[in-house]
Amino acid sequence: MAQKETKMVSKKNNKPKKNIVLMQGNEAIARGALAAGVNFFGGYPITPSTEVAEIMSEELPKRGGKFMQMEDEIASIAVIIGASLAGAKAMTATSGPGFSLMQEGIGFAKITETPCVVVNVMRGGPSTGLPTKPSQADLMQTRWGTHGDGPAIVLYPSSVKESYELAIRAVNLAEKYRTCVVLLSDEVLGHMREAVEIPDIKESQIINRIKPTVPPEWYAHYEQNQKYLSPVASFGEGYRFHVTGLAHDKFGFPTNKSSEVQIMMDRLKKKITHNIRDLVQIESFMMDDAKIAIFAAGITAQAAKKAVVDARAEGIKVGLLRPLTIWPFPDSAVEKMLKRVDTVIVPELNQGQLIHEIERLAKDKKDSKIIRIQRFDGELISPDDVFKAIKEAN
Amino acid sequence: MAINKNTSKYCETRLSGSGGQGLILGGIILARGAIKDGLKVSQSQSYGPESRGGSSRADVIINDDMIYYPEATHFDILLALNQESCDKYIYDLKPEGVLIVDTTFVKNVSVMDSKVYEVPFTKLATEKIGSVVTTNILALSFLVKITKVITEKSLEEAIKESVKPAFYEMNMKAMKLGFELADNYK
Repeated sequence: MAQKETKMVSKKNNKPKKNIVLMQGNEAIARGALAAGVNFFGGYPITPSTEVAEIMSEELPKRGGKFMQMEDEIASIAVIIGASLAGAKAMTATSGPGFSLMQEGIGFAKITETPCVVVNVMRGGPSTGLPTKPSQADLMQTRWGTHGDGPAIVLYPSSVKESYELAIRAVNLAEKYRTCVVLLSDEVLGHMREAVEIPDIKESQIINRIKPTVPPEWYAHYEQNQKYLSPVASFGEGYRFHVTGLAHDKFGFPTNKSSEVQIMMDRLKKKITHNIRDLVQIESFMMDDAKIAIFAAGITAQAAKKAVVDARAEGIKVGLLRPLTIWPFPDSAVEKMLKRVDTVIVPELNQGQLIHEIERLAKDKKDSKIIRIQRFDGELISPDDVFKAIKEAN
Repeated sequence: MAINKNTSKYCETRLSGSGGQGLILGGIILARGAIKDGLKVSQSQSYGPESRGGSSRADVIINDDMIYYPEATHFDILLALNQESCDKYIYDLKPEGVLIVDTTFVKNVSVMDSKVYEVPFTKLATEKIGSVVTTNILALSFLVKITKVITEKSLEEAIKESVKPAFYEMNMKAMKLGFELADNYK
């Protein structure tokens, strides 16, 4: 598991660096996607994700890519799947109402194993909800929104710089795992600006889908390797394959044979479960000697981090565990945390979603105290709110 | 709650008023200026679904060290361009904080211990610059000169980068007027 250890280091930075720009979270997502090689964007603008589409509409034509504004979000998910089947690195961006409309298409991308990235900049819901206010109420929808069992790779940054980095990673993982990867953000993270130093991206950091090496007549569209990953040809390259949302055999043709369905469903599951180390990223902040842990993601983790720093200044042993990958859920990191701390505080901008996962993993640990902080009125959980909970727990 | 007492440059600014007053652009300019001064910065905002009207705010947090949380919670500086935002946010201004209000719209200020600067920015922008849309630059320049949160030079460069060339001269006029108004308080 990729684990970032961050400590509170006071690095005084007095000289402005050359490549530092004031960048917005949504802009960082667009720039990251472009750096990762996205060359097709289809979408329908919606607050608070609009800037992603706006920047893509400006930048893609300049680079020989294509931007298509669609009539709605159902068409948006369909068009990026089509573009991807033709070989493009394809992406769309939306928010709650649009993300709901995309669910069937997301399932189609998953069962047909078509690489694509859907950005969901979360706003308050349900329905039209709060267009200009943040929420984290779509976390479970990203796991279970489309019907049927299926893989889910979902990333959630918590700063502008990380929005850039995880946009690249989302595209990479979509290509590598041949699936629809969801990149989450929220209204505050999407619209906030930070001083960001744009890193130079090396070619080695970009992943492209595995291409078949067999002659076209031997090609099977779903021939899996031992890691449950498989090469993928594009339409027009001379390889023959069939694409359907029905359960299919390795050539892509519909099947009802249980043995063939079993292979397909196993692959969808195991390409996640056999690659957990590659997929799960967490940040562990001041956790070494912590007795109290905060488990938070996205923008809420920033409030938690500030509260941790303030509480540490008062001598309270508290740390933060932050998932950068929401799905697959970082089970082993959370289990390790639960063994070591007495109390876990779970702040989130919803009526209780991440907390279910913590409670699931804590079910055998009767002595762990789990404290919830939930806010769903369109405002953020503040560092003070988390600080108060830490004080009470201490 | 302790807020980075060990750092000297930590400063939370909230620019508030109604949608259309240019507060978010003001926040972006202040943030760009801070970068030019070699500081770390985080800028966030909150507004309603309307494109004009409704309440709007932009927060700028400046520090010479890491900034964890992007929203201002205990302001060192509060700019209020309408009565509603003044009434709503004054209680989160630090006791030693600076309050700047536009008396064109703010008629009552429930003063606490804060330093208060009362200037009719909107009226002056309309009458002296000839355009109400320069209110944000006028007020921001006044704020910068009074509080020294960023340098005047960085502010000028940031304005240049952030406004359309056609409006540059007009905004420079507004900036200079803002500086002059601030000089009156010295």
